[in-house]
Amino acid sequence: MWTEFALMLLVLANLRLLGGSRLLACISTAAFQGVVLGLLPLTVASWPLDPRIVLLSLLSLLIKGWGLPVLLRKALRETSVNREIQPIVSLNLSLLFGLAVLALSGWLGSRLPLPTSASALGAPVAFFTLFTGLFLVVARRQALTQVLGYLVLENGIFLFGVLFAHSTPWIVEVGVLLDLLVGVFVMGITLFHINRAFDAIDSDRLAQLHDLAVQRPSPTEPTE
Amino acid sequence: MNTLASALALFALGGVLALLTHRSKRWATRFGVGGAVLGSLLGLWLSLPAAINNGVDQLSIQWSLPYGSFSLALDALSAFFLLPIFLLSALGALYGVGYQEHSKRRLGVFWFFYNGLVLSMVLAVTASNAVLFLMAWETMALSSFFLLTFELGDKEDHPAVREAGIVYLIATQLGTACLLLLFLLLGHTSPSLDFDALTASGAAAPAGVLFLLALLGFGTKAGFVPLHVWLPEAHPVAPSHVSALMSGAMIKTGIYALLRIMGVLGQPSAWWGWTLLGIGLASALMGVVFALAQRDLKRLLAYSSVENIGIIGLGLGLGVLGQVHGIATLATLGYAGALLHVLNHSLFKGLLFLSAGAVKHATGSLHLDALGGLMRRMPLTGSLFLFGAVAISGLPPLNGFISEFLLMLAALDGSAADGALLHAIAAIVLAGLGLIGGLALAAFTKAFGIVFLGEARTPQAAQAKECHPLMLASIFTLAAACVGMALFSWALLPGLAPLLDGLTNTSSQEALGEAASSLRIIAGFGAALLLLVGLFALLRRRLLRDREERIVGTWGCGYLAPSARMQYRSSSYADPLTRLFTGLLRKQEHRPAPTGVVPEPQRYERHSSDPARSLIFAPLHRLLLGLAIWLRPFQSGRVQLYVLYIAMTLLALLAFAFWS
Amino acid sequence: MQALALVHLAVALLAAPLLLSVINKTKAFFGGRQGPPWLQPYRELTKLLHKGVARSRSTSWVFVAGPIVSVAATALALCLVPLGVVPALVAFPGDFVLLAYLLGLARFFTVSAALDTGSAFEGMGASREVQLSALAEPGLLLAFVVLAVATQALSLTGLFARLGTDGGPALVLVFVALLVIFLSENSRIPVDDPNTHLELTMIHEVMILDHSGPDLALIHYAAALKMWLLGTLLIGVPLSPWVSDGFASLLLGVLAMFALAVLVGVIESSTARLRLTRLPQWLLAAFVLTAVALFVVMG
Repeated sequence: MWTEFALMLLVLANLRLLGGSRLLACISTAAFQGVVLGLLPLTVASWPLDPRIVLLSLLSLLIKGWGLPVLLRKALRETSVNREIQPIVSLNLSLLFGLAVLALSGWLGSRLPLPTSASALGAPVAFFTLFTGLFLVVARRQALTQVLGYLVLENGIFLFGVLFAHSTPWIVEVGVLLDLLVGVFVMGITLFHINRAFDAIDSDRLAQLHDLAVQRPSPTEPTE
Repeated sequence: MNTLASALALFALGGVLALLTHRSKRWATRFGVGGAVLGSLLGLWLSLPAAINNGVDQLSIQWSLPYGSFSLALDALSAFFLLPIFLLSALGALYGVGYQEHSKRRLGVFWFFYNGLVLSMVLAVTASNAVLFLMAWETMALSSFFLLTFELGDKEDHPAVREAGIVYLIATQLGTACLLLLFLLLGHTSPSLDFDALTASGAAAPAGVLFLLALLGFGTKAGFVPLHVWLPEAHPVAPSHVSALMSGAMIKTGIYALLRIMGVLGQPSAWWGWTLLGIGLASALMGVVFALAQRDLKRLLAYSSVENIGIIGLGLGLGVLGQVHGIATLATLGYAGALLHVLNHSLFKGLLFLSAGAVKHATGSLHLDALGGLMRRMPLTGSLFLFGAVAISGLPPLNGFISEFLLMLAALDGSAADGALLHAIAAIVLAGLGLIGGLALAAFTKAFGIVFLGEARTPQAAQAKECHPLMLASIFTLAAACVGMALFSWALLPGLAPLLDGLTNTSSQEALGEAASSLRIIAGFGAALLLLVGLFALLRRRLLRDREERIVGTWGCGYLAPSARMQYRSSSYADPLTRLFTGLLRKQEHRPAPTGVVPEPQRYERHSSDPARSLIFAPLHRLLLGLAIWLRPFQSGRVQLYVLYIAMTLLALLAFAFWS
Repeated sequence: MQALALVHLAVALLAAPLLLSVINKTKAFFGGRQGPPWLQPYRELTKLLHKGVARSRSTSWVFVAGPIVSVAATALALCLVPLGVVPALVAFPGDFVLLAYLLGLARFFTVSAALDTGSAFEGMGASREVQLSALAEPGLLLAFVVLAVATQALSLTGLFARLGTDGGPALVLVFVALLVIFLSENSRIPVDDPNTHLELTMIHEVMILDHSGPDLALIHYAAALKMWLLGTLLIGVPLSPWVSDGFASLLLGVLAMFALAVLVGVIESSTARLRLTRLPQWLLAAFVLTAVALFVVMG
């Protein structure tokens, strides 16, 4: 029951990320998703609790629910980018796309020969989270939303780990978590520096950094 | 069977006599209309009972055509599709008397082709031999082409008529090409091309390929997306009773033939069902969105035909899926909903096209924004149009609701059986039909509201007069049929059992019985609604009996000089919804930026283009044109060269024949 | 049980306007006012019924038919709704489709009556109304599909009778989605503001600008009935899993209806109207919620 509820919240958070129009709200949603993910191992595990699972839960709560959002908010504040999401695919279409992917994930989840998990919804939701992350990376313009996309993508992978906990060593989970922390940290710093150099962190403009761009006129055109 | 033959003879006789007497308008009309009406009445008398009893009635005449035989068969499926054909032919002919009363053209020719169209439709639906069927199919295409372009040169929209004719001809020929291929593959090993002798196992291609060919070929005629491109071009230019006949009856022959071929192909696969469901949903959604965006009444109606064909396709998809998964209720009610929608659509679409014609007759225009306020000038036409609009929006108490309800019930019943797939079907069908219904309501409140309500937008609309009594009578008959279908569908539904048994290969009695009991309650609600409305109307009259009813100007929120130009127009009414579908409608705006200190007067234009035409057919056309240009040197204009080609071909064929 | 259904119908027909006074009282409470008297809606109805009619010279019989058809269709639709486990007067497989489409018929005629006046404002309201309802319809029907799949029943009565507590998370989503649709269909904040005084911003109210006297009374009454109707569907979701006794369900159901009215009042006092261009997304959200609920139920 509680697992189902948590999974449902994860799905809703994904849809909120797809349909949300404000960066700050999206960061909060990702943080919320982190919190739910952090609590999820506790709902799956059997009593008495394994201390390692509690540790995993606490660690992911700390990193995903607090650390990363703080970092992202700081990046948002300091780079003073446009706080509205700049979608390549419109928000309404993104939502509909989300529904289609949700249906697809349900179908995939029912087809894949997976080890038994804590909930029938587990694998579909994990797939859905993964695809949402990919979609955010592909269909949003700002660099920050791409970081957000990677975060969600990782959430999907983490979810797989939690639900099939007995078949994945927990230490791998912790490793992934730390990797992510470092990754986002690096991206945050990079963004900050790019922002200082170019006054903009649209990923469109990052495209100008590729080799051919050297021959073009200066990429540091003023932002509007 | 003799009755059917006599009906066919009457059509032929009426057509030929009309052609012979084309110098006298009166006699040509008399012969043409007489043939069509008498033949249709005879046919109705025959096909009504046959649609209920599944006895196969056959007629075979020796014929010296290779593979062909002049054999007709009248079973329940044919008889069912004959109903709308006969009904609309008769009413269309009567309507034509009034509609073309003052026409200066040679009506003899018109009635010749009209009777030819009816004759070929009847033949197409009853033919039990592929060659005969294809001949009827082509005659149908050609005679409808001549009817369509009958008003060519009549007025300023000459190029539009010509283009519409050409688009129609090309589209229908492309469809026929698929059909030729289909029958060639299907009849590969079979000794004759009679439908009974054809089987999927004897074919030279897998059943799936044959199904796709049939879907392409018949889908073009029926108007499935993206093959529908000819519909919105053809209907606006055709005379209205021809539009009614084409939209109400002719495009349904595509559905008939698809069902017939699916019967030949045997047990379907699941993907056929999903394909039909998907195409149906896409057609319905796209059709209604485009209908919403139109500014020409008949174009709007044409796109709504695409929508309704989509709903029929969706029902067929449900039927196939029910067959594949072995769920009798899903199969039975899916097919039943589709078939009823075939009949219902021909009733209300015929009604709407005929009243659109009355509007055109009275005002000379079908442009929505040139009309308005016709309800007070033409109250009968307007009220009847309202019936059609309510029915086509799928609202109770009229018949459009009945068939949509059956489809939803089919999907829901299917979902009662356990299985995620079936739940998904129910969700898709209900949510899809819900959205389509909502959009159809928007489209038809627009059509009705802009044309008939409010104030007249042009002097022509303000001077409109009620149309010819015969026209009104035809429209009224269709409206009465709509009400009748709605109130008595529960009694008619069990009669479809033999037909549905044949389609689904299971017993449909039980499912139909359950559905009929639901429909009976719905009919009760319909009757109660009419009663309650009458009661409230009386009550209102009582209340207001000795009070004053002041007639004042419309409240303009304080503005004192309102004019008809200030009303909401068709595009502004639809804008909030069409805005959501900008991508689909491919809206293009032309808004030149004002220049200079004192800008010149500016024009603002907005077009929407059909993606099926601009993304699929236009590139295809360019490709073909490229090929044709490459082949052009062969066509030198010298007779000698042509004879040489013939001789060489002959030699090559002879060599090929004796080689093996 | 059939007797209880009749009682429910009678209560609905009589008490529906009272929902409006509860909403108004709640809003007055939040505004620190006393608000209009409890029976004000009834007084307004009787006042209007006693008046004459002023009719625009642009109108035809459709203008008069609008209110009549909409009140007749809504009243008939009331025969189809159960209140918790209190059965509906009439129940048959697929009855919710008829319910949704009867409301559609009412809308068709309201919109036509608005267009009949030839006023730009009323045309605008009609245009917005069809947009919102077209977008609300799929969500409403999908919500019924979710409940039907969860309970394996095909009629509203059977559906609410069999609704158990195990549906848990999905039912919460359905409730929220239905609440969104309820607010939108009844023209409440955040979709439409019934108290606005600027024609440009209205949706429902602007469509009925030209109606007067008994016609207007019928429209107001139909609106109240519609609120009761959609309200019963909404409160049935949390009510029926917990209450299995018919009489208790009737009593608690009526109480819950008024609680719902209080909730609407609270929402109206605490939120602002959404921008018009945001409304499609708001209704899309309701649709998405029901789709997720279906996903959870099917899983």
